Amino acid sequence: MAEKEKKVKKEKIPRQPMPEQNPKERSKNFKEVPNGYTPELAQKEASRCLQCKKPTCIEGCPVGVKIPEFIKLIAEGDFIGAAKKLKEDNSLPAVCGRVCPQESQCESVCVLGKKDEPVAIGRLERFAADYERAQGEVSLPDIPPPTGKKVAVVGSGPAGLTLAGDLVKYGHQVTVFEALHKPGGVLVYGIPEFRLPKAIVEAEVDYLQRLGVEIKYNYVIGKILSVDEFFEMGYDAVFLGVGAGLPVFMNIPGENLCGIYSANEYLTRSNLMKAYLFPQYDTPIAHGKNVAVIGGGNVAMDSARTALRLGADNVHIVYRRSKTELPARAEEVHHAEEEGVQFRFLTAPLRYIGNDEGWVVGMECIQMELGEPDDSGRRRPLPIEGSNFTMDVDLVVIAIGTGANPIITGTIPNLELNKWGYIVADPETGKTSREGVYAGGDIVTGSATVILAMGAGRNSSQAIHQYLTSKG
Amino acid sequence: MFKIVEKREMAGNTVCHFKIEAPLIAAKAQPGQFVVLRPNETGERIPLTMAGIDPEGGTIDIIFQVVGKTTALLRTFQVGDAILDIIGPLGRPTHLEKLGTVICVGGGTGIAVLYPITKGLKDIGNHVISIIGARTKDLLIMEDYMKNASDELLITTDDGSYGRHGFVTDALKDLLDAKKDVKLVVGIGPVPMMKFVCKTTQPYGVKTLVSLNAIMVDATGMCGACRVTVGGKTQFCCVDGPEFDGHQVDFDELTKRQAAYLKEERRSYDLFQKEQGQ
Repeated sequence: MAEKEKKVKKEKIPRQPMPEQNPKERSKNFKEVPNGYTPELAQKEASRCLQCKKPTCIEGCPVGVKIPEFIKLIAEGDFIGAAKKLKEDNSLPAVCGRVCPQESQCESVCVLGKKDEPVAIGRLERFAADYERAQGEVSLPDIPPPTGKKVAVVGSGPAGLTLAGDLVKYGHQVTVFEALHKPGGVLVYGIPEFRLPKAIVEAEVDYLQRLGVEIKYNYVIGKILSVDEFFEMGYDAVFLGVGAGLPVFMNIPGENLCGIYSANEYLTRSNLMKAYLFPQYDTPIAHGKNVAVIGGGNVAMDSARTALRLGADNVHIVYRRSKTELPARAEEVHHAEEEGVQFRFLTAPLRYIGNDEGWVVGMECIQMELGEPDDSGRRRPLPIEGSNFTMDVDLVVIAIGTGANPIITGTIPNLELNKWGYIVADPETGKTSREGVYAGGDIVTGSATVILAMGAGRNSSQAIHQYLTSKG
Repeated sequence: MFKIVEKREMAGNTVCHFKIEAPLIAAKAQPGQFVVLRPNETGERIPLTMAGIDPEGGTIDIIFQVVGKTTALLRTFQVGDAILDIIGPLGRPTHLEKLGTVICVGGGTGIAVLYPITKGLKDIGNHVISIIGARTKDLLIMEDYMKNASDELLITTDDGSYGRHGFVTDALKDLLDAKKDVKLVVGIGPVPMMKFVCKTTQPYGVKTLVSLNAIMVDATGMCGACRVTVGGKTQFCCVDGPEFDGHQVDFDELTKRQAAYLKEERRSYDLFQKEQGQ
C-alpha cells in the first residue's frame, strides 16, 4: 500500500519544460532555441520515471537505448554515468536528444503518458550528453584488439556515423568517405544551427574519431573511387549511407527563376556554407522580404525559420493539405508559429511570375479541398476550380521532399534498385544484392528521420560484424 | 589539402594557371569534367573545368580569370600553398568519337576548358579546326597548346590586334560556308559567345556542344542551384552536364541565373580588395 502511494506521489511532479529563448528575440538570431535543463530540472524530471520492470520505452527506441537506466543515474545525480550509459547504445546522444521525434517513439509508449504526460526522455538525453561534454571528460570505452577487418562507409550522416561507431567498438578498422568538406551529412547541411548547433555535431564526430573511426573528406564515391575498388583496396565490407540527396521540384512554369531555391540549396547555403554570416563567409544567399516555403515537413519549418532569421518580413508556409496532415513534428510547428511564421493551408502553387531580371516576384496559387484518402492514408488534396489567386513573393523555398541521388548507386554494377532508384536492402540487416555491400538510411527508405537512419546503421553494423566474423 | 606545384600568370595577369597535386582525381578525370574547390575555411565552393590532367604525375590543371573575391583570393596563393578542399572529377566526360571534321571554338578562359577536349578529339583521329579568340592580343591564352592540339588554328581578336579582326563567330561562319562536311562544333567560352556560336551553327544543322558554367554549391546533384533548361526540360549542370546540345539550351535563362548574386559578389570583392589594401 505504502509502495503504491509513493508511485502516485511521483506522478504528481509535472513534466518539466525546457527553458528557451523567447520567440521575438530568437527569430532574429541563429542561436539554439531551447537552453536545456539545469541539473536541478533534470533531476526533478528524472525522478518522474517509474523505472518500469518491463520498460516499453526501450522498444520505442530504434537503437534500443537503456532508457530507465540512464534516467535513474540522472535522478541519482550521476550525470556522467548517465552519459556513459547512453553511449553504450547511441553514439550521438546530444544530436538525438535534440532532433529525434520522441513523441512518436520512446515517449509515445511511456507508461506515465497514459494518464499524465510522458517522461521527457529526449530532454534528459540531451542534458546528460551536454553535461558530459561541458565537463570535458568524455570517456572512451575499451576497444577490443584489432580484428584485421576493414569496412568502408560511404556518407558521414547519421546512418554511417552510427555504424562506424559500432564497428570500431568491435575492433574493426572503419573509414568513412564523405563527399562534402564537413562530417555529419544532413546534420550539418540540412538542420540549422538554431535547432542543432554545429559544435555539437563536431563534438560527437570528434568522439567517434577518438574511438578510432577515420573520416576522409572530399570523396565523391562513384566518381573518385568505385565500390568495386574498395574491395580491390582490401576492404572486406562496404556500407552505403548516402542519404536521399536529390531535390524534388514541381515542374511548374517559372520554377527556374532566380530567388527560387530547393530546400537543399537554401539550407546548404545557410548551414554548411554559413551564408547567414555573409560577407564574413563568402557564400551568398538571397534575403527575401516576402517568403513562401512550399511543403509542410520539418525541412519546410527549418527553411521558414531560417528565412525569418535572415530578415524576412513575412514568411508563409504554403501547404496543400490542412494543419492536421502537417508531417512536421508538433514541436517544430509550434516553434515556427511562435516566431511568426504564417501558415497557408490547402494551398498549392501553380506557377511563378518573374520580372525582367529573371527574379521571382509572384506566385499564382490555387485553393485545395480534401477528398478521399490516398495511398498514404491521408486525404487527397483536390484543387477548387476558379479559386486561383496571386501572392507577392520575392523568395521561394521548395521543401516537398527529396529523391534518390543516382551519383553513386548508378555506378555499382548488379546493385538492385527499386523503381524510384532507392537501394533494395533487407530491412533487418541492410544486406543488398551485392555480397559484402550493405545500405541503410534514406537511400533505402526514402527521406525519413535521423534516428531511423541511425537505427538502420545499428542493424547493419550487427549484420556486417556477423558477416566479417563468419568470413573468418 | 591540395598543394599547388606550379603557378603561372597570363593574359596581363588577369588569368591564372595552377598545377595542383590531386592524384586520385587525376587518375580518374576525363576531358570535359570539372572540379569544385573551396580555397579556405570561409570560402565558397566554385566549379572549375580541368584544363589538364596528368595521371602519371598525379596533378590536375586549372585556369581561371580573376573576376571576383574567390578567384582574386586564389590568385594570392603561391607554389607550395594548398587549397583546402577539392572534389572531383565531376560531371559527365565529353563523348569523344571519330566523326571526321570538327570545329572547336574557344573564347576567353573557355579556351582552357576547350583544350583537353580538342586534344581528345584530335587524338582519336578527327580533323580538328580550332578558332580561338579574345578581346585583344594580350588577353589571348594557350595559343601554343591549341596549335598542337589542332590540325588548323584560326585566331580572332575583337580589336584586330592579332589574327583576324572580329569575333570567333565570324570565322566560324566562313568555315561553315566553305566546308560542307563539318560533323561537330564544340563552343566554349562566355555565355554570350556560346549563345552566338549556337546561333551561327543552327542554320547549318551542325551539332553543337557547349560547356556550361552554372552557379553550383555541392555539385553532386543535391541542391539544384545549377539547373538549366535544355530542350524545355530542367537539367542539373553538375550531374547531367556540364556539356549540352547548345541548340537546346535556354541561354537567356542561364544569363539571368548567372547574375543572381552580382550584388553580393561585388560587395564581397570590394571588401576583399580593401583588406588587401588595393
